[in-house]
Amino acid sequence: MKVHEYQARELLVDAGVPVPASHVVDTVEAAVDAATNIGGKIVVKAQVFAGGRGKAGFVKLCDTPDQVREAATFMLANRMVSVQTGAEGIEVKKLLVASAVDIESEYYVAVVLDRAKKCPVVMVSTEGGVEIEVVAKEKPDAIVKRWLHPHLGLMSFQLAQLVAALGFTDKAQAKAASKVIRGLVDVFYKYDCALAEINPLIRTPDGDVLAIDAKMNFDDNATFRHKRLQEMFDPREENQMELAAKEHDLSYIALDGNIGCLVNGAGLAMATMDIIKLHGGEPANFLDVGGSVTAEAATEAFRIILSDDKVKGILVNIFGGIAKCDLIAEALIAAAAQIGFKVPVVVRLEGTNVDRARELLEAAKIPQITTATDLADAANKVCAKVA
Amino acid sequence: MSILVDKDTKVICQGITGKAGAFHTAGCLEYGTKMVGGVSPGKGGTRSEHDLPVFNTCHDAVKATGADVSMIFVPAPFAADAAMEAADAGCSVVVLITEGIPTLDMVRARDFVEEKGTLLIGPNCPGIITPGGCKVGIMPGYIHKPKNGSGHAVGIISRSGTLTYEAVWQCTTRDIAQTTCVGIGGDPVKGLNFIELLERFQKDEDTDAIIMIGEIGGTDEEQAAAYIERHVTKPVVAFIAGQTAPPGKRMGHAGAIISGGEGTAASKVAALKEAGVSVADSPAALGETVAAALKSR
Repeated sequence: MKVHEYQARELLVDAGVPVPASHVVDTVEAAVDAATNIGGKIVVKAQVFAGGRGKAGFVKLCDTPDQVREAATFMLANRMVSVQTGAEGIEVKKLLVASAVDIESEYYVAVVLDRAKKCPVVMVSTEGGVEIEVVAKEKPDAIVKRWLHPHLGLMSFQLAQLVAALGFTDKAQAKAASKVIRGLVDVFYKYDCALAEINPLIRTPDGDVLAIDAKMNFDDNATFRHKRLQEMFDPREENQMELAAKEHDLSYIALDGNIGCLVNGAGLAMATMDIIKLHGGEPANFLDVGGSVTAEAATEAFRIILSDDKVKGILVNIFGGIAKCDLIAEALIAAAAQIGFKVPVVVRLEGTNVDRARELLEAAKIPQITTATDLADAANKVCAKVA
Repeated sequence: MSILVDKDTKVICQGITGKAGAFHTAGCLEYGTKMVGGVSPGKGGTRSEHDLPVFNTCHDAVKATGADVSMIFVPAPFAADAAMEAADAGCSVVVLITEGIPTLDMVRARDFVEEKGTLLIGPNCPGIITPGGCKVGIMPGYIHKPKNGSGHAVGIISRSGTLTYEAVWQCTTRDIAQTTCVGIGGDPVKGLNFIELLERFQKDEDTDAIIMIGEIGGTDEEQAAAYIERHVTKPVVAFIAGQTAPPGKRMGHAGAIISGGEGTAASKVAALKEAGVSVADSPAALGETVAAALKSR
């Protein structure tokens, strides 16, 4: 789960990390009021999940309240289109109006899970303000890492090393930087983050250390124990079909192709996408119905796939383990009756109760359905049908 | 031979009175696994629906039954603790089936379990099966083929459940047996990984070749490739799922995500090929690829 920048800032502020004065607003008037209230130079930032805000004109530096009015009017009236949003763009509902402080130095600070080391890692760099992937590629030595002990977390000596790596020598500034790193690590643990990043952390000419932009990603498996994150969840930022699928315990991801997939198991679902591509087709989605799927949820899965107009054919690939083939066959028959298939459906079933499933499908005589003997046969048939 | 579990392994189930725990305990019993009891806090002293003794704690269960493997179906919020309890009670292998465990819980639990010298399988996995001997998990038993006589047998290591069944089925229908199949799970932080299992299959006399099934996310496959190059002399066949997966999207499994340019299928395939592994382009080609590898041996 992701949250907006202003929400990540709230969590940081609560953990004792200083940020420039700011207000979150949802109208032009409130934006102007906030700017007047803060005073001085102002930055107006659209609050959306997608990146590429700066280039799209949705982060604006303003010298006067009139410029703030202009920026806010533009951002709230237009959809933001960036490389990450697709052509349809995304509606902006909230703006962050913040003091645009002078910057002397920029830094990068983040906590992320290191899968290979099986523990969180703190990463700092004096190359702040740019994408860390670029730094990692071009100047790997510019990133200093300290791994967090599974039970003890960040130790004081590690913190001192990280602060030193950022080049803070002034005592007060070093203390301020320590507080920022400690605060970020605390947030990471407190809210089960997958990523907690401040980029950039800055030093002003006056020696203030402030977090300018923050990005956080949370472990979806842990949101059940964080009421505050549940309240921050913004369903409007999610793909609506993916949300609808989640309500039925289906794991669905929309893609660009024209062959819909219905599969049990995440690995097999990915492999099914891969084999479609290998046979010259393009998958329209990832869909894992899971092991303990019900007939209703399976029928809903067909409804979701068929609601995508791009879909010109469907491949059903089930290897029944816990999931039973006959249940999927019943869902196919129910979907044919309730929704109706306007496109060809190729069905490959194997595993638990497969014989009964084949009998059911045979008896139902649904003209759009073709059966396949194995995975390669299924991919061939569905690709031939949509070609 | 087999690795990790065999026909004499005594197994308990944590969460035996829950729906999934009860259902799969029945499945394991039916397959012939020596299920000897279960754990369900507050229900100690009763009998399960399979007429197995139920205990309040893992320690009680291990003490009374002599079990050395625990299969865990405890709900996600409590599952990491259950794994630590099993390790503390002295289980040598813990199979954690539960899906959806918070990652930071697993960071701590994995470390604790390892410290105890216990081998952890999972979480978010189908379990382990030694065909014809012992099933500790949720896989359909009948698709597997036990090793008997002089025919070839493979060991399977996989991050995916149903894709493993696919691989098993392609072997079984080609008359290739399996020594042991291990689902290591789809989570980012897990117990045994490819390397630890490659090592065991390399040592196992009955295993003629190894199938490893990876997927996008992390660098486990790249590390496995480096290990194979140095230490594995048996043929290894691989498939990497998610070649068409878009970056930044979590593909069902918590661990299946390409982030920051890391974890792509292309990188994994290249590393494995470099290490001399036969990588199947298609998930439908696993059986024929392993058959070819065994023939040339």
